[in-house]
Amino acid sequence: MPGKIVLKFGDSILGEYPLDKETLTIGRKPDCDITVENLAVSGHHSRIITILNDSFLEDLNSTNGTYVNGRLVQKHALQHGDIIKIGKHELRYINEEAADAAEDDMEKTMVIKPTALKNEHVAAQMGQAAMAAAQEMAKKGEPKQAGLKLASGPNAGKTMNLTKALTSLGKPGIQVASISKRPEGYFLSHVEGATLPSVNGQPVGETAHELKNNDVIELAGTKLEFYYKD
Amino acid sequence: MDLTNILEIVAKTDIGRKREHNEDSVGADSAYGFVIVADGMGGHNAGEVASGIAANVIYESVKHSLEEITTGMVDDESGYALESLRLREAAESANRAINETAKQKPECGGMGTTVVAGIFYDNRMSIAHVGDSRVYRLRGKKLDQLTRDHSLVQELVDRGFYANAEEAEAAGNKNLITRAMGVEPEVLVDIQEEVVQTGDIYLLCSDGLYEMVSDEKIYLTLKEFSANLTQAAEILIKIANENGGKDNISVVLVRPTRSFATKRNWYGRFIDWFS
Repeated sequence: MPGKIVLKFGDSILGEYPLDKETLTIGRKPDCDITVENLAVSGHHSRIITILNDSFLEDLNSTNGTYVNGRLVQKHALQHGDIIKIGKHELRYINEEAADAAEDDMEKTMVIKPTALKNEHVAAQMGQAAMAAAQEMAKKGEPKQAGLKLASGPNAGKTMNLTKALTSLGKPGIQVASISKRPEGYFLSHVEGATLPSVNGQPVGETAHELKNNDVIELAGTKLEFYYKD
Repeated sequence: MDLTNILEIVAKTDIGRKREHNEDSVGADSAYGFVIVADGMGGHNAGEVASGIAANVIYESVKHSLEEITTGMVDDESGYALESLRLREAAESANRAINETAKQKPECGGMGTTVVAGIFYDNRMSIAHVGDSRVYRLRGKKLDQLTRDHSLVQELVDRGFYANAEEAEAAGNKNLITRAMGVEPEVLVDIQEEVVQTGDIYLLCSDGLYEMVSDEKIYLTLKEFSANLTQAAEILIKIANENGGKDNISVVLVRPTRSFATKRNWYGRFIDWFS
């Protein structure tokens, strides 16, 4: 069972909210699921995402911030008994079953099945966030398209698409590096040569280095800019 | 190219301390440069059935297709080497086989399995991956996780709720995988290619290893026992058991002892940048 939120101001309980949907929003605006009438609270202050029986709190760039057990948080995985503070209001997260279930025994692996998600009962139990997560992951087989642009030398400006699973760059015998296309992105590795390639001036060693948009690779005296196409 | 004398391979699996069955399957054939770890799940002995089908179907299919292709050819349209594409197809047919079996045998209903499989060729490695079994690489002083789990924990890390998987697990997140072989008629199999260097050590393993043994400890153990891969695998399993052995533990280690480039350097064919 997912947990619930108990809203308090001082000693008075203002309401109880079951976490039975994907996203529950908290804020001053009337379209929020939990409306908190106080000027210290932003229009859309924070939200709680529920996946299966677990809930996750996220601040929505509020003016005065979201606090959990006295600590300012941006994102936080809620645990039974957590006290969320928004302005002067207090929201207590209650999920006793999850607390009981968190014993040290490793649970059997379960699978989130995409077609099971079409079953209303299962979907209701899982929450739409988990469904979205599962569907999103089921689609992630390849990263977005990317390319390299020569940033120095006589051919500066020339571009090359990274279409291959494995692209090699450099001068054989002097310095060679490879870019491996993994499902989560593009990774640069040193292959041969006495000097290591560098990314934004930092040498890349034995560990494959994930390339970010506009990273500048320096290899065999040439500069290359990595970019994602959009 | 027969890699028997080039690749040193050790494959071991252990039931662990808490489970009644070993639902993992491992396999290796150094002649074909093929290795696999599958971690099955399902009631009774269905988990073993699923991982066993995965290992056998993928192995037979890979053997067959490696006979038919030229080593290291890249498919222009997809950009993947033919080895990668054949490995993916092999995994897809294993998926169908598991799914069909589950439909036919009531005791196998709902069974599934993870899979990580690798083919070594032409100083390269193709990896096929579904679920939360992993491939690591030890190169020099670094242990690198080459695959990324298809799991809820990983998804939560990607979305920024936790700094890393350890933190997410410590917070009590469930053992949920977002992709598995056999549970649906179709599955998306991730493939990737990596450059292989002499002296690298590749580790394929089920979560029974990495849930019990930290990456740091895996690194130190591989370093310490690198002279003897059999011993390294046994020690890793022993540590996992000493730390609780809560799940089946599978370890496959591969080390290329010299270059196995086909004809010339594989990259000689497509370096087109600075010449």
